[in-house]
Amino acid sequence: MDDSTGHKARSAGEEFRDGIHAELPLLLGVVPFGLMFGVLGLAAGLPAWAVVAMSSIVFGGASQVVFAQLWGAQVPPAVICSTVAVVNLRHALYSASVAEWLRDLSWRWKVLLAYLLTDEAYAAALVRFRDSPPGAHRHWFLFGTGLTLWSGWQVSTLGGVLIGAAIPASWSLDFSIALTFIALLVLAIHRRSEMCAALVAGIVAVLAQPLPHKLWILAAAAAGIAAGLAARKLDRRART
Amino acid sequence: MNDGYLLLALLASGLCTFLIRLSFIAGERWLPRSEKLHALLRYVPASVLAALVAPELLVRGGAVHIATDNQRLWAGLLAILVAWLSRSVMASIAAGMAALWLLQAYMR
Repeated sequence: MDDSTGHKARSAGEEFRDGIHAELPLLLGVVPFGLMFGVLGLAAGLPAWAVVAMSSIVFGGASQVVFAQLWGAQVPPAVICSTVAVVNLRHALYSASVAEWLRDLSWRWKVLLAYLLTDEAYAAALVRFRDSPPGAHRHWFLFGTGLTLWSGWQVSTLGGVLIGAAIPASWSLDFSIALTFIALLVLAIHRRSEMCAALVAGIVAVLAQPLPHKLWILAAAAAGIAAGLAARKLDRRART
Repeated sequence: MNDGYLLLALLASGLCTFLIRLSFIAGERWLPRSEKLHALLRYVPASVLAALVAPELLVRGGAVHIATDNQRLWAGLLAILVAWLSRSVMASIAAGMAALWLLQAYMR
């Protein structure tokens, strides 16, 4: 039922290239944040090797900032790990979201794409998976977005460690990642119910800030999803 | 704390993060194939991204800060407007960053 859409099948190479193209604009926001993370990591007292290694071992911007801050505050490693896990638990939602599309892939692909599954790679790939006709090679699109983000993140972290100290704090480069998420958020909203989900999630995220271990992320995500479901009646026409 | 502890903490954090990302990709067959789950997952991007964005604009130093001197709020609102009108990620990021720099230069 999936392949009878009449669209021309796209090759693995085309999908991969399209994925890279979809991700490249996001690097405008991600690279400054990577530079800033390099600086922040060193300032928190982490050795340079650890700052650079963290970007490939953990590969999650917000959680890496949390790791560096907690390490600098001499928090026990077990607490650091669990806080990183809570900050990244939202990725389980992404994992569930893409699971259906990656169902028939080999283990090797699943492991690789899971490693590359970040906010930016996921959000950019949604355009392909959810809003375009299916294709046998569309996982290459996600590989393209993921690998592009990964490369940009590694290079910018390294850059931050090497030359980051020369960047004045008054440039507020940390704001670039918030702007990246803003652009992705606006582009992800197609329906009124999705707007409701975003508004409720945003309000809960602000109000739930006092929750320990950054649990406000999950509280806000859950509230937003519930609000979206409850607001489905507001959508004028149903699309698939 | 020494480098060994640090490496261990890094590896443990990385493993946790990877397993979280792998969770449902690996366990797809245990996910219910229901309309309800489909409907629910549709709201993941809007909810999670909004949750990450809102505190960046509205919280300063742990407290809610809604005032005309909140430069990040204004810059963020402009970025939302530009993203909405242009559908361009780069235009939105550039506008937001430029707005923040201008506000920082003229509002002190």
